[in-house]
Amino acid sequence: MSEPIVHIARLNSWYGRGKGRKQVLRDVSLKLAPGEVLGVVGESGSGKSTLAKCVLGMVTDITGTLEVNSPRPQMVFQDPYGSLNPAKTVGWILEEPLRTAGVKDKGERRQRVRDFLPLVGLEEEHLARRPAQLSGGQRQRVAIAAALIQGSRLIVLDEPVSALDVTLQAQILRLLADLKEELGLSYLFISHDLAVVYQLCDRVAVMTGGEIVEEGDVDEIYDHPRHAYTKKLLAASLALD
Amino acid sequence: MKVKKKSWYLTIGGILTACMLAFTATGLFWTPYSPTAMSAPDRNAPPSAAHPFGCDQLGRDVLSRTLEGAGSTLTIALAVLVVGAVCGLVIGALCGYYGGVADALIMRLCDAVAAFPSVLLALVVLALTGPGKYNVIGALGVLFIPSFARLVRGEFLKYRDRDFVQSARLMGVSQLRIIFIHILPNIWPVLLSGLTIGFNNAVLAEASMSYLGIGVNATEPSLGYMLKDAQGVLFTLPWCTIFPALAAILLILGVGLLGEGIRERMGGTAA
Repeated sequence: MSEPIVHIARLNSWYGRGKGRKQVLRDVSLKLAPGEVLGVVGESGSGKSTLAKCVLGMVTDITGTLEVNSPRPQMVFQDPYGSLNPAKTVGWILEEPLRTAGVKDKGERRQRVRDFLPLVGLEEEHLARRPAQLSGGQRQRVAIAAALIQGSRLIVLDEPVSALDVTLQAQILRLLADLKEELGLSYLFISHDLAVVYQLCDRVAVMTGGEIVEEGDVDEIYDHPRHAYTKKLLAASLALD
Repeated sequence: MKVKKKSWYLTIGGILTACMLAFTATGLFWTPYSPTAMSAPDRNAPPSAAHPFGCDQLGRDVLSRTLEGAGSTLTIALAVLVVGAVCGLVIGALCGYYGGVADALIMRLCDAVAAFPSVLLALVVLALTGPGKYNVIGALGVLFIPSFARLVRGEFLKYRDRDFVQSARLMGVSQLRIIFIHILPNIWPVLLSGLTIGFNNAVLAEASMSYLGIGVNATEPSLGYMLKDAQGVLFTLPWCTIFPALAAILLILGVGLLGEGIRERMGGTAA
C-alpha cells in the first residue's frame, strides 16, 4: 500500500483559551489511504467536526502527529445555501478557485469550468445564475465542483447530504462515488447518519467524547459492533428505519 | 413570506432626485444672471417673468443664487459622503473581519466621536481651521466616518464566519480579496441605503453650518448661507427664503425616498 494521504497519530486538540480551554480531541489516531473513503461517525459534540478542521489546517491548538499529503484539501459543507456566495454567479464561483490557483487567462479558466460541468451534472446555462436561482441539489453540485476544480485529491465531506431530501441524497452520493473513481479522490466523510455512511464509506471510525472508540471496515462495524456506543448508534439508526 | 406591496418610493424618489440633479447641474454651467451681480433697480423685486424667483435686497437674482447654492451644497454633501463612506467602509470592513483588540479600540473611538452632535464638533474644528469649502468637507467627512464604519462592521461580523468565506479561505484566497471581493458585494444594499441617509445628513449639516455662519465663504453661496442671508427679510421678501429652502427640501426628500425605495426593492435589513 502506498503512503497514506492522511496520517494522524495521538492527536489532541483544544478549543478556547485560558480557563475556558477545553479539550475536544483525545489521542485520536487514524489513517486514510489514497482512494479510500473513511467515515467519521458521532453525535454533535463528539469532536468529529474538529477532526475535520484539523485535517483542513483550520485548528492550530494541537499536539501530536498530523500529516496531510495533499495540496489544499477542500471541504464540501452541509448547507449548500450557505457555502456559495449569494452575490456571485455560478460561473464566478467556479472560476474563483482557478483564479486563486494562478490561472490568469480568462479564456482558459472559462474553458476549464465548462469542461468540468458534465462531471458534476451541471449545464452551461447554470453558469449565469446565482445560487438563489438553483435547487438544493444543484447548489450542492456547484459546491462539489468548486471544491474539486483546483485539483485537490483529498476532500472533507461534512454531512454533504444531510440538508437534502432522500432522493437527492442518493443522487449526490452516487455522484460522489463516481467522482472518486474518475478523479482518484480520497474522502473524509463526517456524518451522524449511519445509513448514509454505509452507502459510501470503506471504513468507519466511531467517535464520542473526542475519542475514537471503534474503527474498522464498514461491514464489520455494522455486523459486529464491539463498543457499547456503536451499538447504541446502530440501534438508534435502525429504530428510525 | 411577506406580501410585496407595489411601492412608489423608488419611482417618485428617482424622478425627484433626477429633477434636482438636473437643476443643480444646470447651475454649475449656466445661471440666468451672475449670482453675485447687484442691480439697483431690481432691489426687493418680487417674482416676475424676468426674475422667476424674485430678487433680494441687493437686487441679486434669487434663481441664479439658488442654482449656484444648490450646486455648492450638493458638491459639498457628495464630497463629505465620499470621505465618510470610503474611510468608514475600509475601517468597518477591517474591524469587522479581523476583530480583536484593534477593533475594540477603534470602535470605542468611533463611539466617542459619535457621542457628540456632529455639527457641534464640526463647528469646533472650523473655529480652529477657519471657514471655507475644503475645511467644511474635511471636518464633516471625518465626523461621518463612525456611522459608516459601524454599519459596515456589523455586516462583516455577520458574514465573516459564513461557509462561503471559510471555503474561500480553504482555497487560498487572500484575506483582502475575501474582504473586498467576496464579502463586500453582499452588503451593497445595506450600504446603499446608508449612503442615502448619509447624503441627507450631509446636506442638512452643511446647511446648518452655513446658516450659523461658519460654513462656506460668502463668495460661494450655499443654500444654508442663502437662508442665513434671508432671515432678516423673511416677512418682507419671503421669496428669498422660500426658494432656497424648497430646493433643499426637495433634494433631501428625493434622495430619502430613493433610499427607502432601494431598501424595499432589495429586501434590505438596514434600520
